[in-house]
Amino acid sequence: MAQHATKGARFHAITANRLDNGEVVYFHAQKNWQSDIARAAVLDGADALDALMIEALSSRFSQTVVDLYAFAVDDPANHDANAPVHPLSVREIIRAAGPTIRLDLGKQADAPRA
Amino acid sequence: MYRYDEFDHQMVQARVDQFREQVERRLSGALTEDAFKPLRLMNGVYLQLHAYMLRIAIPYGTVSSRQMRKLAHIAREYDRGYGHFTTRQNIQFNWPELVRIPDILQELADVEMHAIQTSGNCIRNVTADQYAGAIVDEIEDPRILSEIIRQWSTFHPEFSFLPRKFKIAVSAHEQDRAAIRFHDIGISIERDPAGAIGYTVYVGGGLGRTPFIGKCIGTLIAPRDILAYLEAVMRVYNRFGRRDNSYKARIKILVHEIGEEAMRQEVEAEFAKNKSRGHLALPEAEQARITAYFADPEFEDLAEDCATFDDARRDNADFDHWVRQNTVPHKQSGYVIVNVSLKPIGGVPGDATDVQMDGLADIAEAYALDEIRVTHEQNLVLPHVRKQDLYTVYQKLCDLDLATSNLGLITDQIACPGLDYCNLANARSIPIAQQVSERFASRERQDAIGKLSIKISGCINACGHHHIGNIGILGVDKKGTENYQLTLGGRPDEQAAIGEITGPAFTEDTVVDAIETIVDTYLDLKIDQENFIDTYRRVGMAPFKERLYG
Repeated sequence: MAQHATKGARFHAITANRLDNGEVVYFHAQKNWQSDIARAAVLDGADALDALMIEALSSRFSQTVVDLYAFAVDDPANHDANAPVHPLSVREIIRAAGPTIRLDLGKQADAPRA
Repeated sequence: MYRYDEFDHQMVQARVDQFREQVERRLSGALTEDAFKPLRLMNGVYLQLHAYMLRIAIPYGTVSSRQMRKLAHIAREYDRGYGHFTTRQNIQFNWPELVRIPDILQELADVEMHAIQTSGNCIRNVTADQYAGAIVDEIEDPRILSEIIRQWSTFHPEFSFLPRKFKIAVSAHEQDRAAIRFHDIGISIERDPAGAIGYTVYVGGGLGRTPFIGKCIGTLIAPRDILAYLEAVMRVYNRFGRRDNSYKARIKILVHEIGEEAMRQEVEAEFAKNKSRGHLALPEAEQARITAYFADPEFEDLAEDCATFDDARRDNADFDHWVRQNTVPHKQSGYVIVNVSLKPIGGVPGDATDVQMDGLADIAEAYALDEIRVTHEQNLVLPHVRKQDLYTVYQKLCDLDLATSNLGLITDQIACPGLDYCNLANARSIPIAQQVSERFASRERQDAIGKLSIKISGCINACGHHHIGNIGILGVDKKGTENYQLTLGGRPDEQAAIGEITGPAFTEDTVVDAIETIVDTYLDLKIDQENFIDTYRRVGMAPFKERLYG
């Protein structure tokens, strides 16, 4: 399982791709896979991450996804409550939104315009 | 072009049916991802940053209008309305759903296409000179040998689980447009002093994290023996190639570690065994059968001069420039090879919309003897266009935004998908290509710079061929920030050269300025009509390094 974690990061979220269509999804605190990164569970510290990761990897939740891993995010307290989950890596920022050179593609295309 | 026989149809259909069942078992959970992954890779299915990606084979870059229309249809019905032509003459779709991929493969099978062996540790799509069958002074059509190799390597039981992927390219001209010296096996079709055709084999070329120029280990192999020779190379690789470390598993590492002479001896020993057994001898009748598929189309008997063409050039400066830049003389009088640039200013290199694919299919059917080629530099070719039709073709290409007049110029860049799409990437490549394209958009400036290749890779895997760009750009991750390392002096052709690193990497904000500094340095130093690469070879890295870093 790949881990795209920034060294020493405190906060993490869990992501995967849907098995049937490849869509990027995030593990929610209520223990299901959500399309919107804003609904991803943010785990504070290694113990919390390990605990939720065990759940996500269990057969109950892992059968419908592929390539499941944790990635580093910023402290949610630094962001708006409506959009608390911010990846620390460029890769995960792009993965959450869509290709930067085609704003009409990916999840960014479905996001409400400001 | 090659047409499937009953065996081809059966094999491809069986593969579609097999993969459909494998997908069903994966979706039901009967197959784990570990078990499924090698199976899906052997059918060209990757999992990328945003979605699955499907890589469809275009054998030696040749496709008919019917097939191009099918690709347009797949883009429209199964994807997001576009496809990406790759540096291995294939096409990739970035948004297919796994559950629908079996249907895509069925649609492809209906037009004699497939995605077999476009990924995985097997022999991949064989690539060839995009001007095959059209260019002046070709020794023989390289697609003949490419098709023979394709048939030999497809589902080869001994070579389906190699230490790593394996890429073969074929050239049949003194100008190597297939970059054969940077492939695992590169084949140059030549004539011996008596005029007989022979195949000179280069082994161990490659790019990636350790680029190497292939070593010539077999000279003028007789056509009858070529499969015995290639099988010898593969057996040596399969036996000695490293399986303990995927970063050292390519044949280039084996050749580097044991040396050129040792490789030659191992291959010769295996070759001798193969020849003594005789079962790999290529029958002349079979060679003739394959050759017949690549016979010249029914060219008309035309004069080379064409008054309407000359008038159009005189009356339309844009058309005249496009002719000079994007067309190449054809072996047949009255015909022209047309390069269709997929590098519009500010566009995504190598991408084409479904509308463009459909439009190009119409043009090919009406004006280009129903044939289109894909180049490894992410452009397309209409190989057989009558000179009298050229202005009409140009106008139709203009209507499709496919008439950018920049072949071989600085805006004709190669760029891998990079971090915008690829799971392996460290940095984005396409935005850099777009910024370079816009910086140098001026036609006058491009003409003044002349022939200059820029190749951009988003990671060390070098799918953008940065090592062999006159200017290479490699995206790297520097403490979480995208940075770009530059190389100078690479070339993919018969004067193969690997670029040299200039020095410290540049940021996203400074790399295009750095490119401009390099170009300005070249323009200051060039003598007469020197191209960039000629100037670089004359003056070396020092003046460029001085201007970049002070």
